[in-house]
Amino acid sequence: MITLSHYIVLGAILFCIAVAGLFINRKNVIVLLMSIELMLLAVNTNFVAFSRFLGDVSGQVFVFFILTVAAAEAAIGLAILVLLFRNRSTINISDIDSMKG
Amino acid sequence: MNPQLLQLICFYLFGFIAVVAALAVITLKNTVHAVLSLVLTFFSAACLWMLADAEFLALALIVVYVGAVMVLFLFVVMMLDIDQEKMREGFVKFLPVGLIVAAAMLVEMLGLIGVKAMHAQVMGADPAAMAGVSNTAWLGQALYTKYLLPFEVAALILTVGVVAAVALTLRQRVDATRHESASEQVRVNPRDRVRLVKMDAVRPAQPMPVPPQEPSS
Repeated sequence: MITLSHYIVLGAILFCIAVAGLFINRKNVIVLLMSIELMLLAVNTNFVAFSRFLGDVSGQVFVFFILTVAAAEAAIGLAILVLLFRNRSTINISDIDSMKG
Repeated sequence: MNPQLLQLICFYLFGFIAVVAALAVITLKNTVHAVLSLVLTFFSAACLWMLADAEFLALALIVVYVGAVMVLFLFVVMMLDIDQEKMREGFVKFLPVGLIVAAAMLVEMLGLIGVKAMHAQVMGADPAAMAGVSNTAWLGQALYTKYLLPFEVAALILTVGVVAAVALTLRQRVDATRHESASEQVRVNPRDRVRLVKMDAVRPAQPMPVPPQEPSS
């Protein structure tokens, strides 16, 4: 019998893997973007599970909106990445320091 | 076999595949392989959502993510000429930090969830099936009534995203034979391009009607 905690634990595991990915891939922007997608997937899994558990449609509607915004974010992020590579010939994060942040 | 047991076995199978593929995403050396692992993760997650009776979202995940977003990622990864070795610098250095932070977060989250306390919370019946409609109809009824304005705003966000992505990557080549500058086109004054002429409403001379010719037989 699948319980609510099955889905929540799976979401937590996926989220923590994504956090670890952010830490250990400090150089590669593409892998960082993919880690963010993984985080959104974990959150969406929680939303779907709670929507099913509570019998409330709002959770699934929210997942729909998250998918929309994530698609737009990926498109713009990759466009910025292409632009960055065209101008600087690198996507290494430690080379992108012109703003001295 | 007991269908509930079968569901549980499927859940563990897909969950295991999702976790292993997610680990592959963050550890694989080749970025193309990492993208393909992410596709596998999304596919397993879609199967898990299907098990939770969220059929529409599961299929939307496959169509939107596997079909569009991940292909976009693959295009960009293959288009950029990245030095794979240089990208791996610091991997070993940051590995312990990442592992410690991730493990601490996981322990905190699991403690917060209280796995044992929630273990009895069995999923109820499918709410859409109880309402007597399919999952898509159930979602659509909420989306087109209660959430109509956010739905329109989401469409607007997608449009802005498309325009922004094109505007960012549009490149004007100097050596191109013919091209139009977009900013000049936007700034153009209609008086420079169109001249309005006033003319008297005079009927032109009617041409003489051609008499019907007899068929030559």
